[in-house]
Amino acid sequence: MIKLRDIHKAYKTEFTSLQVLKGIDLDIQEGEFASIMGSSGSGKSTLLNILGILDEYDSGEYHLAGQLMKDLSEKQAAYYRNQFIGFVFQSFNLLNFKTAVENVSLPLYYRKVDRKLRHEKAMHYLEMVGLKDWAGHLPTQLSGGQQQRVAIARSMVTEPKVLLADEPTGALDTKTSHEVMGLFQKINEQGKTVLIVTHEQDIAKVTERIIEIQDGVILTPQQV
Amino acid sequence: MFDRDTWQEIFASLEKHKLRTALTALGVFWGIFMLIFMLGMGSGLRNAIFRDFGNHAKNVMYVWSSGTSLPYQGFQPGRTPRLNMEDVDYLLENVEGVDYIAPRTTVPGNITKGEIVESYEIRGELADMIKVEGFRVYKGRYIHPSDVAESRKVIVIGKRVAEVLFGAGNWEAAIGQSLTANGVEFKVVGVFGPERIKPWTESDLEATVIPLTTMHRSFGTGGRIHYFALSALPNYKVSDIENKVNSILKSRHHVAPNDPRGIGGFNLEEQFDRINGLFNGIGLFLWIVGIGTLIAGVVGVSNIMIITVKERTKEIGIRKAIGATPGMIIRSILTESVFITLISGYLGLLAGVVVIGGIDVVMEWIEVDVDMFYNPQVSFQVAIGALLILVVSGTLAGLIPALMAARVNPVVALKDE
Ligand SMILES: Nc1ncnc2c1ncn2[C@@H]1O[C@H](COP(=O)(O)OP(=O)(O)OP(=O)(O)O)[C@@H](O)[C@H]1O
Ligand SMILES: [Mg+2]
Repeated sequence: MIKLRDIHKAYKTEFTSLQVLKGIDLDIQEGEFASIMGSSGSGKSTLLNILGILDEYDSGEYHLAGQLMKDLSEKQAAYYRNQFIGFVFQSFNLLNFKTAVENVSLPLYYRKVDRKLRHEKAMHYLEMVGLKDWAGHLPTQLSGGQQQRVAIARSMVTEPKVLLADEPTGALDTKTSHEVMGLFQKINEQGKTVLIVTHEQDIAKVTERIIEIQDGVILTPQQV
Repeated sequence: MFDRDTWQEIFASLEKHKLRTALTALGVFWGIFMLIFMLGMGSGLRNAIFRDFGNHAKNVMYVWSSGTSLPYQGFQPGRTPRLNMEDVDYLLENVEGVDYIAPRTTVPGNITKGEIVESYEIRGELADMIKVEGFRVYKGRYIHPSDVAESRKVIVIGKRVAEVLFGAGNWEAAIGQSLTANGVEFKVVGVFGPERIKPWTESDLEATVIPLTTMHRSFGTGGRIHYFALSALPNYKVSDIENKVNSILKSRHHVAPNDPRGIGGFNLEEQFDRINGLFNGIGLFLWIVGIGTLIAGVVGVSNIMIITVKERTKEIGIRKAIGATPGMIIRSILTESVFITLISGYLGLLAGVVVIGGIDVVMEWIEVDVDMFYNPQVSFQVAIGALLILVVSGTLAGLIPALMAARVNPVVALKDE
């Protein structure tokens, strides 16, 4: 599903250049449930943004579902994001002036799905995350865990092949964290590829595979 | 583009920034209001000036004779050619595009009614002069073609003449009465006056008019005419006819073709065009000033939209992360901008039309009559033009912020603090 070959990425400012990814090779099969771990600043978010086609890389090759993701126009990038990727953020990133169900249906709006169908699907995924009765609530009226579940429903509504989550439990307490991880597990069991960035050991342990990143390269299992 | 979600988003974003929305809207409102108001006032000015033309024919030239300045065909300079009825007939037959010719000969007159003797000028005319001058007939009628054909002894008198001869409150009684003009008895058939009483039209109140044929027969004026007005047919321009008329008259009266004097003329159409041009100039100026005011409002909208976009960076980043294309982002910002300008501009337009219309109604109601201002209007074309300008300027106002929004980088926008 995901194939990375010798990915390099540097953040360049006018005078300095910070090499963050220094040749990443990584394969993730369809239906895998994996986590990425590493110390702060090791490049986890950078890697995930590249995987989510939110950011570009300098050299190397990234194949997503067999297609090369390189030198895409913004429109193409938006299309692939909308088609293949579901993204979950640490800080939820819901639109505060929209209700839970409106937030969940927004990706379908950008996919030009008919209004009624949009609502139906959004309700379906809200039900999956157990928030059907909260559909009409604004994010500010929900707890952190509930907001993250709305965000997960939003990432699932387009039925993406890959679900990417950047520290999805970073803002949640332990109990809620495990509820959310349970949700990811459930999604994975439905056949989705799920990739989670975290630096909490017990969160990573829930996943089937732990990928360690250090100083911009992936550590081989022998090194771990 | 205009589905419920788009509107929902526009309203949500406008509602979040109520004060700012109101302030920008005010800028556009004021701009379009001023534009409409000024154009309306300009039309009031224009209508007042053209009202003075009244019913006066506009496609008209006046022709008269004056002393020549060059010797020609054995004639000495200083001779004044005498225009006559044959000239009129000749022109009617030989110049293409003439609608009618209205000659006038004026003699000083002694008008007697019973004991009262007053001196008023007596004009000899054909039936068409009323069309040229746009006189108002207060009672009775003006000179009729049959009066001319039969040289009837009928007279039309100015309203003030009627008041003096028959009493101020009794002027209407003049119709059907007889009076004596320069010793000849005439029957009064009408009372007339100018369309609008002005210092330069008051003489019409104190004049009397008889058929020109009657004048030639009874007063010994021998076919002479002092001047005539020539009106061109609607599809001809009198300025095109002018030269031909001039040269015909010069040759008929032995005036050197290159003599600047001898045959004199005044082309009303040219004057009319000049005033028209002046007002078109004023109109253009008002448009420029009005659009300038409007641009100020539009720049305001643009500024606010830029701030809005900056504030909404995170939101835009989220939208992009879940699959919004730059085109969709641009469209939503543009729609918002056009929406604000259109709504506030439309209200401004409405306010402008209402104020201008109100001034017109109030002026008519309390019967204010100002020389320089009359019947202000906003034409339909102006209103449509203003709305078009609004759509265009709303789009322009949204363009820069929309492009900024499209360039938002989701990675940077979503960076968790
Ligand atoms: N937009 C940017 N411009 C410049 N430097 C950046 C940018 N984003 C990240 N960096 C730098 O790149 C390095 C890797 O950042 P990244 O966010 O990928 O780390 P991370 O592994 O996600 O860390 P954390 O666990 O703290 O989230 C850091 O040193 C960071 O300062
Ligand atoms: Mg990170």
